[in-house]
Amino acid sequence: MTFELSHYNAALLFALCASTVFGITQRNTPRDMFRYGAYCFVLFAGGVIVASWAMWLIKH
Amino acid sequence: MANLQGTATVNQRSAKAAATPAGSMATIAPIAGWLVPGLGHFIQRHYIRGCLLMLAVFTMFFAGLGMQGKVYAFNTGDLLDMLGFVGDLGSGLLYFIARSMDWGGGNIHRAVADYGTKYIVVAGLLNVIAAVDAHHIAIGKKP
Repeated sequence: MTFELSHYNAALLFALCASTVFGITQRNTPRDMFRYGAYCFVLFAGGVIVASWAMWLIKH
Repeated sequence: MANLQGTATVNQRSAKAAATPAGSMATIAPIAGWLVPGLGHFIQRHYIRGCLLMLAVFTMFFAGLGMQGKVYAFNTGDLLDMLGFVGDLGSGLLYFIARSMDWGGGNIHRAVADYGTKYIVVAGLLNVIAAVDAHHIAIGKKP
């Protein structure tokens, strides 16, 4: 079984799973867990977009 | 004064944790959580957390395998390979099943296979974080 993912989708799946674990393990209440998980997801996904634009600028 | 009260509260909590049968749970929960992702939370009746952790780790591990990522065997070669083995080992039984079934041979011809290798390593590392969290719940450090 092989799994075809684009680079961006792979990064989003990574962000989703990692931020789920970070949210649950790093905060104490469900509300804080959700907020911290969402915060981590935004940082992961935003970091990918910023890094890709930075690489585009370096190339051009 | 506030600091003294805080210390007293922590001491009371530690004494309470030591007095309860959580002593054995403090050992069992992280081991169970390491062997089967999420099990450390399940046995402490945190079912939703356990389900989400299990889903996250399983998804990463099997997505990594699906992307033809590599599962590291024990080795004494390159430092990064040794660290990869340590990271993979964090997945517990998933790692041993993958090794025994000969999954995760890797594929150097696909760029996304390298992502898969990282997915498998990170699944193990996230599982270790989850197991430590199960330990914290068992000792009363976390609700």
